[in-house]
Amino acid sequence: MLNIDNLQATVADKPILKGLSLSINAGEIHVIMGPNGAGKSTLAYTLGGRPGYEVTGGSAMLDGQDLLALDPHERAAAGLFLGFQYPVEIPGVSFVQFLREALNAQRKGRGEEPLSGGEFLKLAREKAALLRLDMDMLKRPVNVGFSGGEKKRAEMVQMGILDPKLAVLDETDSGLDIDALRVVGDGINAIMRRPDKAVLLITHYQRLLDYVKPDFVHVLAGGRIVKTGGPELALQLEEEGYEAVAA
Amino acid sequence: MTALLPTRKDEAYRYADLDALAPLWPVAVERIVLADGEQRALSIIESGQAPVARELAVVLGKGARLDLRVLNAGFAYARIAVRAELGEEAEFIFGAAQLANGQQVQEIVTEVLHAAPGAISRQTVRSVAGGQATTNYLGKVRVAKGADGTDGEQSVRAMLLDRTAKANAKPELEIFADDVKCAHGCAVGELDAGGLFYMASRGIPPEQAKALMLQAFIAEAFAGAADEEALLAQALERLGEVL
Ligand SMILES: Nc1ncnc2c1ncn2[C@@H]1O[C@H](COP(=O)(O)OP(=O)(O)O)[C@@H](O)[C@H]1O
Ligand SMILES: [Mg+2]
Repeated sequence: MLNIDNLQATVADKPILKGLSLSINAGEIHVIMGPNGAGKSTLAYTLGGRPGYEVTGGSAMLDGQDLLALDPHERAAAGLFLGFQYPVEIPGVSFVQFLREALNAQRKGRGEEPLSGGEFLKLAREKAALLRLDMDMLKRPVNVGFSGGEKKRAEMVQMGILDPKLAVLDETDSGLDIDALRVVGDGINAIMRRPDKAVLLITHYQRLLDYVKPDFVHVLAGGRIVKTGGPELALQLEEEGYEAVAA
Repeated sequence: MTALLPTRKDEAYRYADLDALAPLWPVAVERIVLADGEQRALSIIESGQAPVARELAVVLGKGARLDLRVLNAGFAYARIAVRAELGEEAEFIFGAAQLANGQQVQEIVTEVLHAAPGAISRQTVRSVAGGQATTNYLGKVRVAKGADGTDGEQSVRAMLLDRTAKANAKPELEIFADDVKCAHGCAVGELDAGGLFYMASRGIPPEQAKALMLQAFIAEAFAGAADEEALLAQALERLGEVL
């Protein structure tokens, strides 16, 4: 589903990704772990097409489509979802309006009919319930006044509504207490654990992996994948640290 | 009223488009007088092709309340000037939005005098400028001697859509009384790039994302207005062209 080959990217002219390769098949959940500053968020942003993250080499294909040739909103319509490490606040724009316009813009991009107001609200209610987020929160401006944990749950509600093929989730578990962690983990499984979908989970901690069982674990250091293993690699990293394991 | 056209040296005309103003000069003063305890809501929408200049003189009696909203959404020079004199415990709500593009100049000029104790004034001005357009806000709040318990608020923000667009904003306070609560905030900026990327990452195309943010921005000037929907609808129509 996702094929990243020798990807190189700079931020403010500074090389961050230095030849990163990674393949994810449909139905798989992959995890990326790595020290602070390794380039994990840079990978997520580069896949999403954030301005300022410049690709200087390599390729990234989503289901055979050249992701890097698309504008950010087209990447979303192609099936990419980015879970933000720091979800952005948008004053004055309600989640409901924001997500309805987002979903219908994606559907339009794919040549599908827009969802009516009623259909959309039904969908939103269902996904909010799945993540135990009060529907009233979605009537408020996007992320404004949300706690860290609420923002992360709202990210997952968005993922549920937008129904992507591939989710790249950047530290979705940070800022969550134990109960919220379970809710988010269950949400990821319910929404994304399907034969036609895939997940790239960026995390620092093994604890989310108790709920979301990965197929592969990769270590990202110095802008490259330096080690790949199964779920046991995450446990080993937690015990021994990045330096010992990835050296 | 003078027949002499103002010059750049006149503070209130510092950023005006004097060439566009010349044929409109002198500008007749429109008087709005509210008796003691009277309440009124008024909306001014400018959306035409021709230059406009208006001069409003507002007098609010004791306990009177005026809710005045202005939308500058026309295609040429537009200047709306408001002088307001507030009596005891009068309330003046002023919300204005401007949307300019091309070479256009739009301006809102206010002078609010708290002449007696306990009056409230709340001004909210939101301007959007694209292309080589200029938006201006010159707003003076004066609190007369003895006008204790005054509550004056100015919230002024401008959004520039292009590097070539300009916004001038000058909120001013002149206070000769004690026990006065006056606050002003003033900011000129660009649309939040982080917010725009967040929207794009969810599938919203750039133009639509900008429109959503600007819609929310402009709506702050019209919150609670009697004509809120009409004002917003007209603003949105113009927004589509400015973007
Ligand atoms: N906007 C930016 N400007 C300059 N340097 C940046 C910027 N964003 C990230 N970096 C740098 O890129 C490197 C990788 O950062 P990041 O991808 O956020 O790491 P991680 O998510 O793995 O902690 C770090 O050295 C960081 O300082
Ligand atoms: Mg990061």
